[in-house]
Amino acid sequence: MADTALEQLKRSGKIVVVGASLAGLRAAETMREKGFAGSLTLIGDEPYEPYDRPPLSKQVLLGKGDAEHTALPRRRAIDAEWRLGVAASGLDMAARKVLLADGEEVPYDRLLIATGVRARAWPNEAERELDGVFTLRTREDGAALARSLNAGPRRVLVIGAGFTGSEIASACRERGLEVTVAERGDAPLVGALGGVIGAVAAELHRENGVDLRTGIMVTGLEGDATGRVRAAHLSDGTTLECDVVVASLGAQRNTEWLTGSGLGAGPRGIACDAGCRAFDIRGIVTDDVYVAGDVARSPHALFGYQFLSLEHWGNAVAQADTAAHNMLSESTDRRPHLWVPAFWSSQFGVNIKSVGVPSMGTEIMITQGSRAERRFTGVYGYQGRVIGAVTFDNSRWLQFYEQQIEATAPFPPPFTTVDRRSDGQRPIPADFPDPSVPTHGPTITLSGYSPADRRITFTPAGH
Amino acid sequence: MRLVVDLNRCQGYAQCAFLAPDVFAMHGDEGLLYDPQAEEAQRERVAQAVAACPVQAILVDELDLAATPAGAAATAGAGDAKGASDG
Repeated sequence: MADTALEQLKRSGKIVVVGASLAGLRAAETMREKGFAGSLTLIGDEPYEPYDRPPLSKQVLLGKGDAEHTALPRRRAIDAEWRLGVAASGLDMAARKVLLADGEEVPYDRLLIATGVRARAWPNEAERELDGVFTLRTREDGAALARSLNAGPRRVLVIGAGFTGSEIASACRERGLEVTVAERGDAPLVGALGGVIGAVAAELHRENGVDLRTGIMVTGLEGDATGRVRAAHLSDGTTLECDVVVASLGAQRNTEWLTGSGLGAGPRGIACDAGCRAFDIRGIVTDDVYVAGDVARSPHALFGYQFLSLEHWGNAVAQADTAAHNMLSESTDRRPHLWVPAFWSSQFGVNIKSVGVPSMGTEIMITQGSRAERRFTGVYGYQGRVIGAVTFDNSRWLQFYEQQIEATAPFPPPFTTVDRRSDGQRPIPADFPDPSVPTHGPTITLSGYSPADRRITFTPAGH
Repeated sequence: MRLVVDLNRCQGYAQCAFLAPDVFAMHGDEGLLYDPQAEEAQRERVAQAVAACPVQAILVDELDLAATPAGAAATAGAGDAKGASDG
């Protein structure tokens, strides 16, 4: 028997999406595709329609594209009411209302939260206000940083050698700018990919003329009389003259607006079930509040049901689609979000891609190519199974390893690959830093309770 | 014309860079750079690139925008943004 409440929701209900970026837009499109004919409101704190962020640290910094021209294409018309340039400031779950910073209230029957993350700011407030000090997350950030690079600074300092920091350094070098990278860990990308791959990344930086300094912290920034940054003080006692500083310190989840709402939201994101339904603070799943994208944390069967939160473009797309589907489905028609983590980066002319959760791996084996050539596939092992893979200019192999990860295939891989070379004959420790030692933030956060070593296969029926 | 490439899917076949070189360019052996807001004059070439991509990684606006901006842009903010991005 059809659920009449669901039929009514589809015909004339109110759906509100907080977060007008990639996940929010894709969810809205899916809702309309599924025949949602009611009112749809998209709330975003930035004054722009949804835009794409990856180009901001790549073509925009290279001067090959404008930050203002990265608006996302639309798969279809979504006929939404847009509330842009105003942040959500609170949630009244009992009354089913979103509160806005301008004092207005927006009622909903179903709510999707896709508020994402923001750049972690340089911690010293006075120093972060200096001219020439940037973070890179938003369209405005991208435009401002591109302008400052166009002006031809004498030296750029990038603090943090995660993916974004490394991409910024790469763009600077491609433009012929002097750049210093200061990284607290032992190598670039070490938090995401481990020390074996981090060593390759470090060589890439140095070969391309980056002044890479690892195991070092920036202890303070110094401005001149006009309030413009002129130098940075480092933990080894040295001072570095620089006129542009980019703090690339990872991201923080935008959940503060939910404080006191009763939703299970905190600094690690908003906990939800595999079907994107948010948990309240009592650990009870809601049926009208859904979560998608960078701000969500959900249990994943492939990783011991640990709660996974992913700052990945593809995850935002896939999770938004699942959330939108489930918001408009009978309980028996809902689907779990079981996306296999995947991301890409492009730096120093090398295409870096990864699937699975490399940072869970304890060992790595180079199965194709070689590190010396900067063209290889590395496979990560965890407790005798394949848990992740990374490629440098070898992306066509990734799909194969994605299947291996999904099938929890044994590690080390038992097959003989076609071009196994000296690099790849045995697994070696992947050399991830001790997680208790601070480094740049991983883009994947694993947390929570692992009930047992259960593994499932989900085969959707007729979706 | 707005477009986005799903670079998780992209495997560097370079068909797009061959068919619409003013919009797509290889950067290194496998990396791809593209103009997220290509000139309208490129539409035919971009359509060929979309069709030729072996992994179907390119998404282009399906909207012939006459239908949406006025209706969708209910607030001043959205109206401004739309004006800017279509300009």
